[in-house]
Amino acid sequence: MTDPHIGQEHISKSYDAELARLIEEILRMGKIAADQLASASEAVEERNSELAARVVERDGTLDAIEHDVSHDVLRLLALRQPIARDLREVLAALRIAADIERIGDYAANVAKRGIALNQAAPVPSAAALPRLAQVAGEMLEDVLTAYRNRDSAAAHEVWERDEQLDTLYTALFRELLTYMMEDPRNITPCAHLLFMAKNIERIGDHATNIAENVYFLVHGETLVEARRKGDLTSAMTKP
Amino acid sequence: MTNLNLAVATSLNVTTATQSQTSSAKIVARNLNFYYDGYHALKNINMEIPEKRVTAIIGPSGCGKSTLLRIFNRIYSIYPKLEAKGEVLLEGENILDARYPLNRLRSKVGMVFQKPVPFPMSIYDNIAYGIKHYEKLSRADMDVRVEQALVQAAIWDEVKDKLKGSALGLSGGQQQRLCIARAIALRPEVILFDEPTSALDPIATVKIEQLVEELKKDFTIAIVTHNMQQAARCSDYTAFMYLGELIEFGETETMFTRPSNSQTEAYITGRFG
Repeated sequence: MTDPHIGQEHISKSYDAELARLIEEILRMGKIAADQLASASEAVEERNSELAARVVERDGTLDAIEHDVSHDVLRLLALRQPIARDLREVLAALRIAADIERIGDYAANVAKRGIALNQAAPVPSAAALPRLAQVAGEMLEDVLTAYRNRDSAAAHEVWERDEQLDTLYTALFRELLTYMMEDPRNITPCAHLLFMAKNIERIGDHATNIAENVYFLVHGETLVEARRKGDLTSAMTKP
Repeated sequence: MTNLNLAVATSLNVTTATQSQTSSAKIVARNLNFYYDGYHALKNINMEIPEKRVTAIIGPSGCGKSTLLRIFNRIYSIYPKLEAKGEVLLEGENILDARYPLNRLRSKVGMVFQKPVPFPMSIYDNIAYGIKHYEKLSRADMDVRVEQALVQAAIWDEVKDKLKGSALGLSGGQQQRLCIARAIALRPEVILFDEPTSALDPIATVKIEQLVEELKKDFTIAIVTHNMQQAARCSDYTAFMYLGELIEFGETETMFTRPSNSQTEAYITGRFG
């Protein structure tokens, strides 16, 4: 049923402007977080402590934008009393901002450990880390595109890709365990790498959270399919 | 007993309700059409008003929501050139049938209007007046009935010491609750509210909404409102009407979180109207 009265815009133009601003803030946060992850990965790969330090320093930017998002959400809820799709838009923005902020924290932590790693001799398995970061980074960028385009199918695709990241993480976990058993001098750098790998794996989890929120935003219901867990390391004892 | 959720879902292709609060239908409109001197104001309405629940009817001006409400107690019949076709079943009996006694209908289906219209008489007489038309009560029994109605309409404490005083001296909010008490006093089964708070201040509005919530324990309630948040706050089911058609009917929670029709969504989110 088509009707000339029905447009996509609110009668109140300022309401539209406020919602658009919220979405812009989320996309800006996402872009920064993706850059942070890429830079952290590059810093590890190239043993570049200066770049790593810049990543750590820039983390405050994400915290500041998340603060702005919370403020804008509070204001929208109080003054506009959004309902239906508008309400989902606002709720999704609040949750996604929190996820991106955590992604930023993890990226900063990877960079921080990268600096520590550079104090010791290079370990061969450090090379596997950028691959992990690349997969997580692609998930993040794709889920942000899905958010921008309100594309639940693309979001679902990202959600499913998390398994791939978990598999890579599990493989790296085994590899690092082997190195540590081979030579106790590897324990310090490998322990750092383990945490870094876990951080990146968690970034993937947050990207799937965002995917779930995109799905909720579009359909008004949650992705009911049970999460398939590829991370088996919590039950692992020997390589 | 009709399973309302199922019936509604089948007839309107609405998502089935998640919380199954089944209730039987008190009023059923079937293929209801209404004409104002030839103007087709309601188009083939099929709808069920669930018993002892609050059903809100929303939609932009001129969509037919007040017309629909007024058909439920046949108030339109006092005007010439108005015609309703189809059926409106109250507990299975077609109230549109001229043989259905108007007196009986009005005692079963009460109505509260946008502006409170107290009679220019005492508070006590405002309540007693209607009862006298239907029942012969002793003075003592009448006192009890008047008190019960005023208590149930949450206005007793404010007026108990001035029952003989003029109803016109009450505030707007009090007058509206007096009108609700007057409707309740006849012990109806259904109460229709036509924008009951549009002339009231926010506090008086909240009191009426609270009252509506209390009243649904005993009465079936249908409320026409322009205030979307009011529909969201105090109704269990919401009907969205547009250009004389019933566009969507469903649980209020679903309607206000994820309506299935794009017109409903556009209207409630303020994109047209």
